[in-house]
Formats: sequence, structure tokens, C-alpha cells
Amino acid sequence: MPQYSDKVMEHFTNPRNIGEISEADGTGEVGNPVCGDMMKFTITVKDNRIEDVKYLTFGCGAAIAVSSMVSEMAKGKTLEEALQITNKQVAEELGGLPGNKMHCSNLGADALHKAIEDYMAKEKAQS
Amino acid sequence: MKKINLDYTAAAPLDSRVVDKMIPYFSEHYGNPSSGHLLGEEPRRALVQAREEVARLVGGDPSGVIFTASASESNNLAIKGLAAAARKKGTHIISSAVEHFSVLNVLKTLGKEGFRVTLLPVDSDGFVSPEALREAITDETILVSIQAANPEIGTIQPLKELVAVAREKGVPFHSDAAAAAGWIPIDVEELGLDLVSLAADQFYGPKGAAALYIRKGIRLRPLIEGGIQERGLRAGTENVPLAVGMGEAAKIARETMKERTVETAALRDKLKEALFEGVPYLHLNGHPEQRLPHNLNVSVQFVEGEALLMRLNMAGILVSSGSSCTSQALKSSHVLNAIGLPPELAQGSLLLTLGPGSKHEDIPYVVEQLKQVAELLRSMSPLYHQYLKEGNRNAPVQ
Repeated sequence: MPQYSDKVMEHFTNPRNIGEISEADGTGEVGNPVCGDMMKFTITVKDNRIEDVKYLTFGCGAAIAVSSMVSEMAKGKTLEEALQITNKQVAEELGGLPGNKMHCSNLGADALHKAIEDYMAKEKAQS
Repeated sequence: MKKINLDYTAAAPLDSRVVDKMIPYFSEHYGNPSSGHLLGEEPRRALVQAREEVARLVGGDPSGVIFTASASESNNLAIKGLAAAARKKGTHIISSAVEHFSVLNVLKTLGKEGFRVTLLPVDSDGFVSPEALREAITDETILVSIQAANPEIGTIQPLKELVAVAREKGVPFHSDAAAAAGWIPIDVEELGLDLVSLAADQFYGPKGAAALYIRKGIRLRPLIEGGIQERGLRAGTENVPLAVGMGEAAKIARETMKERTVETAALRDKLKEALFEGVPYLHLNGHPEQRLPHNLNVSVQFVEGEALLMRLNMAGILVSSGSSCTSQALKSSHVLNAIGLPPELAQGSLLLTLGPGSKHEDIPYVVEQLKQVAELLRSMSPLYHQYLKEGNRNAPVQ
């Protein structure tokens, strides 16, 4: 087991915003069981802001902590702001991740961005 | 806080009798066994005795025991040493897909040096087929190396049949018995083994004490050259206290094997039954009966092993996992892949190994905690949610 920061352990122990929004405005899925991590983010959007965000995660301690942190960072942000969230920021907010776990932070931001892009694509199709 | 060790093959405490036996050889009898004077006498005598005890554990001749510092070193010496000595006879080596990395990586290196390596597959229980071995042997084959039992899924190989096939064709047989020795009878004469790797820390001896048993007539080239210690096959001043510790541990392991293994297997079976009764969607890895008595390996479906391990650690239950996230290389266990386990189940594997502190009384707590942890992690698992929605698409392979 790698040495995780206190913040990672705290989010792993008490992950926020777990779940799946049934009437989601956007859905983003990344990863597969072969690589060991899977994340599914669902969001609702109101007035161009992320109103609610939930996730389901299959993965290691880092993957769970990253999902939880991303969900906290995204909530209440405008779509543009949320799209600006980088993997690096997520890792920094978590007090750093072990070197071989950095890819987990990539997955978290990627899944969120995918959910936003899914929402935007649906909006575009409707207009 | 509770501390229930279910990871005894990673490390186990030394038997106190072993420690007591070792202590005088650190300071009181500190002499060099090679010395011709008084100080060398007691260490030399102790080394002879330790060698006899290790030989006795595997039913072999004491002159065949070479002390090393790890089973990894023993495997290196056996395979590289034989390959170098037998190169003129042939360049083909046969092994299996589920060997320890100290076998597999040696073979990878030899592959780059012009040797041809055949890794035999295993079936879903982890067994190597004697028939497949027979078909793989050619006139060029100089060595077969197949483990006695798998350290991860516990499966015990049909060594007698496998060795018989190699013997029929006149090919020397090496077995990495690090996980097996002290837990199942390994008799080099009965089995016909030519080379056997052993590790003291797997039978409550000290870490850093190991051995390679070499049958008379088998020629190896040493990895470490220098003086004539260990018959010239491993130069360097002998580590007498560690050898003494290994000898004592081997003696105790041999004398207690019958009773200890029956008791341990009964406890392991009880744990297994309680887990399968108390926790839904578990999958047993390895053969149900033909397995090491202290080994249990289960996959917890829909969840990942490192997260399980961390949660159980918080509850004071110490286990290990074959998930890719728990390995530095981020690859899931090659053993679980070789038995054909789907990636999702390989990621959720837990290795539970019993030892001297394992107790019946701890079983209900372990079951309750694993149940809770599995429930919690499943509640956030996309695979579990998908399963609940779509039913049997990813049916559990019970």
C-alpha cells in the first residue's frame, strides 16, 4: 500500500457525494476493470452552473479520494470553471498523490469533463 | 485497537525457540567456521547441524544443502547456474506461467541470452498438466522448473507426476518450494527432485535465511565466486546465526508438520465457510482441496482490492491483494491472469494467510468487517450498480 496523504485518507474514509443521479443532465464514464479503475460521474446543471454532482467509482484508495475531491471542487462552479479543473489541481488539493497513482487524478478530471461535454452536446442538439 | 494478521506469508514472527538458538552465534560463538583454530569449532559444528536439519526437512543428503540469503537467490542459482553449466547440452528450459518473479524474470533474462523458454499454462485451478510437460520436452531441454505450491492461490502441483515425466526424458527438475516447505511434505527422494529452493521465513525461521538443495551429480555454475564456502557454489563467509535459525525452524517445522497443518487447514476451512456464508458474491481462487493449508484466496466481486485492503486495515484486519493498484508496476497478479480470472475479479482479490496468531474467535469479526466493507465499496461501485440494473450480464462466477 502506498503512503497516502492525510487528505487522501480523509476523503477515502469519508467520500462525499457518492451515487448516481437518475435524471442527470450529463454523464461521463472513464476507465475499465483491466486498468483497475472505473469512474462514472453524473451532473445536473442549472443556469450554467453545476448544481449537483455524484459519482460511482471502482478503484483503489486514490481513485476514490480523487472522485470525492473532484465532486467537491466541481459543485457550484460554472461549466467553464469546472472544465478548467486540471488533474494537477486535484492532486494538489489532495495534498499530493504517490507517483504511480497520478493517473487516478487524470481519471477524475476526465470523467467530470466528459459529463460536462455530454451535457453540452445534448444542449446543442436541442437548440 | 484490534490487530488480526491474515498476511502471515508476507512476514511471520520467529518461533522463540529459533531466536534462542540463534542468539549465541551473534556474539558468544562469533567465530568463522573456516578458521582452523578454537574459535571456528563451535560455529563449524553448528553449521553442520543446521545443514543436517534443512536436509532432513526435504529428505535429502546434507552435502546437497547450499545456504543462501533468500529463495529468490536460490531460484537464481538453480536456474542461471544450471543454464550456464549445461549450455553445451541444450538451451531449452521449461517452466510455468504461475512461477514466482524470481523464476520468471530469470527466464526472461535467459531468453535474451539465447535460451528458449517454454512457460506451460495452468488450468483454472492453477495446475500444470503432466501431459503438457511431456509434449514440451525436446532433446534440447536442459531443465524443468515448476513450483511445489503457489504462494498466492495455494494450489499444490502434482509434482510426483511432473517429475516422473521429466525423469523419463532425463531432464533435471527444479522446484521452487519456498511457499510449500514446512507446510506439505517435500521429499526429494520420493519425488525425484534434483533442485529445491527453500526459505526459512515461510516456516517461522528468520528472513534472509534460505537454501538450495542440489542432488549429487547436478552441476551448477556459481553466481557468487570467491572462496570455497558452500562447496564453492556460494562464496562468502557463512552467516552462521541465520543458518542456525533456519536449521532450528526446519526441525520444528518437520516435527510439528502433521498436527500444525491439520489444525491450520481446519481453521482456514472454517474461515472460508464463514466468509462465503456471510459475504455475498465471493469467488474462491485456487483449488478447493489441493492447496496449502494456511492459504485462502478470494475475490470480492464488484470492488477493487486496494480499497478493500485499506478499509480492512482501518478495522485492524491485515491482508494482501493481487490487484494492480497494490503492485508498484500497476499490473494485476500474473497468477490470477494465468488461471483465466476475469480482470474485474482479479482486481478484487484478497490473499488471506494464517499463522501462529490465527484464532477461531477472530472469524466472526473478520466476516462482519469484510461484509460491511464489501457493502460500502459496492454501494459506490459502477460495476455493482450495473449488475443490479442489468442482472446477470456480469453474473458472479460462483
